[in-house]
Amino acid sequence: MTAYVARRAALAVLVVTGVIIVTFVVAHVIPGDPAATWAGPHAPPAQVAAARRFLGLDRPLPVQLAAYFGGIATGDWGVAIHTHRPVLSDLGVVAPASLELVIAALIIALASGVPLGLVSARWPGRPVDHAVRAGSILGVSMPIFWMALIFQLVFSQHLHLLPVAGEYSPGLLFTSPLAHRTGFAVVDAALTGNWPMLGSTLAHLILPALVVAAYPAGLIARLVRAQVLDTVGETHVQMARALGFPERAVFGRYLMKLAWNPLAAAVALVFGYSLVNTFLVESIFDWPGLGSYAAASIGTLDTPAILGVTLFIAIVYVIANLLVDLVQAWLDPRIRLR
Amino acid sequence: MIDTPPIRPAAVAAPRRAIIGARLRANPLLVAGGAVAALIVVVAVLAPLLAPFPGDAGTATNPFAVLRPPSAQHWFGTDHVGRDIASRVIYGARVSPLIAFFVLLIACLIGIPLGIMAGYFGGWLDDLIMRVTDIFLAFPALLLALALAAVLPPSLTSVTIAISATWWPWYTRLIRGQAASVAGRPYIESCRALGISRRRIIARHVLPNAITPLIVQVSLDVGGVILTASALSFLGLGAQDPTPDWGLMVAEGQNYFTTAWWVVTFPGLAILVTAFAFNLVGDGLRDLLDPRRVILR
Repeated sequence: MTAYVARRAALAVLVVTGVIIVTFVVAHVIPGDPAATWAGPHAPPAQVAAARRFLGLDRPLPVQLAAYFGGIATGDWGVAIHTHRPVLSDLGVVAPASLELVIAALIIALASGVPLGLVSARWPGRPVDHAVRAGSILGVSMPIFWMALIFQLVFSQHLHLLPVAGEYSPGLLFTSPLAHRTGFAVVDAALTGNWPMLGSTLAHLILPALVVAAYPAGLIARLVRAQVLDTVGETHVQMARALGFPERAVFGRYLMKLAWNPLAAAVALVFGYSLVNTFLVESIFDWPGLGSYAAASIGTLDTPAILGVTLFIAIVYVIANLLVDLVQAWLDPRIRLR
Repeated sequence: MIDTPPIRPAAVAAPRRAIIGARLRANPLLVAGGAVAALIVVVAVLAPLLAPFPGDAGTATNPFAVLRPPSAQHWFGTDHVGRDIASRVIYGARVSPLIAFFVLLIACLIGIPLGIMAGYFGGWLDDLIMRVTDIFLAFPALLLALALAAVLPPSLTSVTIAISATWWPWYTRLIRGQAASVAGRPYIESCRALGISRRRIIARHVLPNAITPLIVQVSLDVGGVILTASALSFLGLGAQDPTPDWGLMVAEGQNYFTTAWWVVTFPGLAILVTAFAFNLVGDGLRDLLDPRRVILR
């Protein structure tokens, strides 16, 4: 097991190194002059030159890359040009909002995808199966930026059921201000017993989370269906049936048990995918997360910030995959001995 | 002495056709998706005949018919400069599916040779190619496409390049696995023993036996590429204004959507229907050709 962990961790480090190089190369092809952005419009040339020296942009590219590597290792991810603040502390502020959104979406996706997949596999080829399959393919075919707009139109503007945008009602900041503990608005509100704020944050979370959940829900339903149908003929399942367990237990307990492993791998992959999908949704819902930050960074040619967001998501993605691999290897000796 | 009856090709072909026919009947979703996908292609080809106002898909503007709701004259209403949305949606069928075609073509042209090299030759070449694809696959595809599209000047060509650059590693990995499993089989070894050239072995024996899963994957990916391309256009990184791109039309309608719902609704619906139809086809083809695989992206 130790050898397996070491091998997988080394591979993850190698991948992150490659990611840093790729993002660095991409960011240095960006046309435009970040130093001019930093110094402000109509800055005299001497000031732009000073800004360039301060930002280290006058050094040769390999030196900049080496400096960037050194900085990342020591927690210095550079200074964001459009906020004039360290990138890492900016990310610390915006990341929780996006993570909260994605985690809520994945909870919705699992809670709807797993039962739908099981129902579909229970009656394969029947109308309910066709309906679930069509629905799950519809979920993965959804242009979520459009779905976000349509949901706002229907649920907020016409039905007045849910708030249009934002993380909570700004008016509540005067009556019951949100204490900052973890950065996750819902968790902070619950921890401090701030019930009006908790209600507001949850109400604001529903629409964006539903939209982000469309893709993972469809994916999970398809995966569960395929996994269950794959193992439904095996002897231990026949055994469970022969012993007289009701079909509900056969599917929910014995067949689903075998599907959790591939499902965990899929959830890790779709976690990173959904984090990027928030880029399309956050601006529509005015959600103060990574997506809004990335959009602002791209708009201002903010190289350190763009690199920071890309790197952050890539690292989250690599770590999520690594964790799933390790958990699977721990559960299943066949994987670590391969 | 055992009497072996001669094998007649027809006797083998007929049951297979019957099996496929039966599977088609058991899979109404594939038939429905195929019909809609075919309809979209027909609409794209016949766009000049079908669109009521072909000029509105180009540079025409009608400042006196701005943001009109759907009517008999304008089925889907008009946009913020008075263009007929139905005409633009119809012409849009020429944009997104074409991007998907080129992206998948480029991804195959890069991915297949690299995958064959890695899988067939193995060794350090295999390690090098697969570590590079690992790095590319460490990004969610949309993230790298976004970063690339942000670097390149906004255009349809940039979108095609950006998505292709993120798509090929999947095909390299897929083909590598197939090629590696084929390369170890006895019939390839006997080819080598017979002195058949490496090139011929790869072209005639390895590739044809490794390609089926790729065909399935490519058909599954058409919808995904269409969605990615329209997302990039929605963010303003793709097609620019007069181009009747569905993603761009949704982005333009976003500013008016509280008062003019139709500007956003119909182009987005076109994206959904197109991606849905091609995904149904891909999913059905996988069931038909390769029922055991489940693909994740």
